[in-house]
Amino acid sequence: MAVPVRISVQTQDFDLAAELSGFGRTPNTGATVSFTGLVRDDTGALQHMEIEHYPGMCEDAIRKIADEAANRWALTDCLVIHRYGRLVPGEQIMMVATAARHRSEAFAAAEFLMDYLKSRAPFWKKEVTREGAEWVAAKDSDENALTRW
Amino acid sequence: MTLNLLYFAWVRERIGLPRETIETSAATVMDLVTELKAREPRYDLAFSDLASLRVALDQELAEFDAPLEGVREVAFFPPMTGG
Repeated sequence: MAVPVRISVQTQDFDLAAELSGFGRTPNTGATVSFTGLVRDDTGALQHMEIEHYPGMCEDAIRKIADEAANRWALTDCLVIHRYGRLVPGEQIMMVATAARHRSEAFAAAEFLMDYLKSRAPFWKKEVTREGAEWVAAKDSDENALTRW
Repeated sequence: MTLNLLYFAWVRERIGLPRETIETSAATVMDLVTELKAREPRYDLAFSDLASLRVALDQELAEFDAPLEGVREVAFFPPMTGG
């Protein structure tokens, strides 16, 4: 059975409650998990974040990651939304949701999706403060996180 | 052959443009990088540290020794920071 995988790469915000209201409501779903990433401001200096993406490759890369997760954990539903453009602290950047028969599969699939989206989906974050702008450097820990899968 | 080159994030900023179309006879990505570096200092600067660069051929991640035969689009960018 083909798993419904929905992917959206967009500038506009999303309504988390609306996205989750009908999510995974199939007879063979026993658990849903969702994760939302927000723009964090650790120092109080962040004015906004600029997220650049590679149109086309972005959607394809996310689709491959999501298909892999869907097959590996027999997901009954799967959703990935990732925004790009200018975002201010507190705004939602992205979300993933997974639905499976049991919670362990739903949790694992959501973590897998997040680990891969971090370093295999072509997005680049730039932080803009009063002092200037700086590209966020990729962390070794993000790359290392992939080895557990 | 004609190649569409795409640059993202600080690679785009250092080179000063998001995309360009070039004619080249480079056999591999590495050959292409060598050719670009020789063009102007801004390219030399953008490609000075290959360990901090990634490349995609026709929107698939690739290695720097990958052949360019049949490729139409080459993108250069830093390691991705999604999520």
